[in-house]
Amino acid sequence: MTMSARGTLVIDIDKCKGCELCIAACPPDVLTMSATVNETGYRYPELHDGCTGCTACQLVCPDHVFEVYRFDRSRAKPGT
Amino acid sequence: MTTQNIEIVPTGAPPQRPATKVADASPSLMLGEHSLCPGCGEPVALRILLETLQELDIVQRSIGVVGHGCYGSFVRIMDIDVLQCLHGRAPSCATGIKRMRPDTAVFTMQGDGDMVNEGLQEVIHTAARGENVTAILLNNGVFGDTGGQQTATTVLGQRTKTSIDGRDAEQHGHPIPIADIIARMDGVGYVARGAVGTAGGVLRTKKMIRTAFEAQLAGEGFSLVEILTMCPTGWFVTAPQGPDYLAESMEQVYPLGDLHPRGSAAPHGAGR
Amino acid sequence: MTTTTQPADAPTLQLMEGAAAIAESAILAGCRFFAGYPMSPFTPLLEHMAKVMPAAGGTCINCESEIEGVNMTLGAGSTGARAATGSCGQGIALMQEAIAEAALNETPMVVFNLARGQQDYFQATRGGGWGDYRTITLAPKDVPEAVEHTQLLFHLSELYRAPTLLYGDPLIAQTRVGVHLRKIDYGPLPPKDWALDGTSSGTGRSRQIWTWAMGKATDPGLGPDLHWQKIAAKFDHIAELEQRHESRYCPDSRVDPEDDSDTVVVAFGSAAKFVEYVVEELRAEGHRIGWFRPITLWPFPSRALAEATRTARRVLVFELNSGQMLDDVRQYAHDRSAIRFIGGVSIHESGLSYGPMLDAPEIRTRILAALPAENRSGRPSASIANPR
Repeated sequence: MTMSARGTLVIDIDKCKGCELCIAACPPDVLTMSATVNETGYRYPELHDGCTGCTACQLVCPDHVFEVYRFDRSRAKPGT
Repeated sequence: MTTQNIEIVPTGAPPQRPATKVADASPSLMLGEHSLCPGCGEPVALRILLETLQELDIVQRSIGVVGHGCYGSFVRIMDIDVLQCLHGRAPSCATGIKRMRPDTAVFTMQGDGDMVNEGLQEVIHTAARGENVTAILLNNGVFGDTGGQQTATTVLGQRTKTSIDGRDAEQHGHPIPIADIIARMDGVGYVARGAVGTAGGVLRTKKMIRTAFEAQLAGEGFSLVEILTMCPTGWFVTAPQGPDYLAESMEQVYPLGDLHPRGSAAPHGAGR
Repeated sequence: MTTTTQPADAPTLQLMEGAAAIAESAILAGCRFFAGYPMSPFTPLLEHMAKVMPAAGGTCINCESEIEGVNMTLGAGSTGARAATGSCGQGIALMQEAIAEAALNETPMVVFNLARGQQDYFQATRGGGWGDYRTITLAPKDVPEAVEHTQLLFHLSELYRAPTLLYGDPLIAQTRVGVHLRKIDYGPLPPKDWALDGTSSGTGRSRQIWTWAMGKATDPGLGPDLHWQKIAAKFDHIAELEQRHESRYCPDSRVDPEDDSDTVVVAFGSAAKFVEYVVEELRAEGHRIGWFRPITLWPFPSRALAEATRTARRVLVFELNSGQMLDDVRQYAHDRSAIRFIGGVSIHESGLSYGPMLDAPEIRTRILAALPAENRSGRPSASIANPR
């Protein structure tokens, strides 16, 4: 499902306070707010396919919930 | 993204596929979670400040001097030697620290109420003395900690609890553009103004913080980075509206960029 | 108890103005930071610090106000450096917030209050800052004692991690006398494991100086309730251990067999030196009179005063103000009903120094006026002065 994505996230949803700054900041527009709430009662971001690993969400997030990964490309070139 | 039936990518754990972590959620210097409001810009500023200290490899000679505001609670979560000082006095305390420990990297963390209201005299004289310290001003135009009253940097028209119909110059006077004032002074090594409302703004602001510390380490004099931060609670806007409000109100009065680049002379310095 | 013991093998004395002697003594004590704003009669101390501090490898800053000066000093003190500031009157008033802060966040620093007179006793001993704190205050009677107190203040400040204050005056600031400058060893001090130097940053055990003492998320502090209880207990401890005084001809003096004065005159600072002179004169004339001088204004020598006034029928309080130390004498004298205030406000017309009341004949007149009529003559009979 995430084969088109160049990156992905780890989201610590329980640290989120639901400010939604990441939603507007995301260049590929692949974050949406959840329908359910976290343990403190806030909606939180959910990732959809297409993350580029650009770190924009992590940069703007006041609650430090995003870890950002970029998928390694070296796998496409076995032997290197 | 408009539909909610698109499949959600699991984000509870690091990916199974080979991948490289390109950004931590928060730097290891962060000892815990802050307690500030949703959409606040101050924790973003804290994160890029701490990341900068790590990237410059100066953590173990860093001393922070923290004033009074919402960000004051950061003294509990930043793994940095800290003096929590009286309201407005951080530049004076930083002066005493730096004079006694010239090999350390000393920074102040102050809000607009702290630096521009209560401590205006301190910051101006500290700049004029050319103290080799870095002041970080978190400017959101309100006294956030006390619930959103007008400060010296509240822009005209801005509604606060003590200017409920908007700041009116006739009654409340004009905002003080502190960074622009200090940028024109001799004794200054670097002055810039950034904002943390957008990802690009965060990156540019982080570079400013780095430049400020580089100026301090090179002994170039006082450095100041004013950071415009969102305070949706104090601005009476929703958290997602914070960055737009910042751009449309504060940035119009407080333009972003390097105000006194490293190596430049003060345009109207006393020495000329 | 006196703190002005000169060594028996009399050393070479240097003729110096008091303010300069205090500056030199501070540097001998290891003071390497000073910040000040001119204000008479404190000004010569600032001038001398500015002159001698650079050669000592230290810093003296012409601060933009007393508020900044004391906060710079607090900052310097937070690194473990020996740091001091000073002023008088209104300038000390501006410093009160930071003096309280240093007491509550436990930062050592020394404040030289070269006051214009004795009207700032409350300011020194009660303070105008916020919160439960006290300021250790020493009031020297003359320049040599001020030189010694200077070094003691740095020691006490570091020992207890609390601001300390020298209560001087124009006579101490401006009088030129012979002084013996030497480094005084007051004994070992605890390690400064609290001082900010940056080396703990990033170790998970970074340091924090904070009045609220909440500590770090991973290493919680006491928090304000327990921290301020601890501070209060510390000041109780100091009050128990650091009372200093000097007296003569009183039951606590233990100098003469006839330490049983029925009149005790209480005075502090320069005024006490005048009182001492007058009392000796009256004693020689046969009066059963003694004197008592608090050296620490806080902690006030409470136990000693109670003992010193045990046999007194009259406790006379002489101070150049409307009655400030009087409050402390009322708290601790053996018999409150014996207390008579014989001081008063007396200011030089410049407003910057003492008025005519600080003079031996004037003090003599006031003491005699407070004695019973039969004792007032210049030469009382021995039987009246000493009925035994």
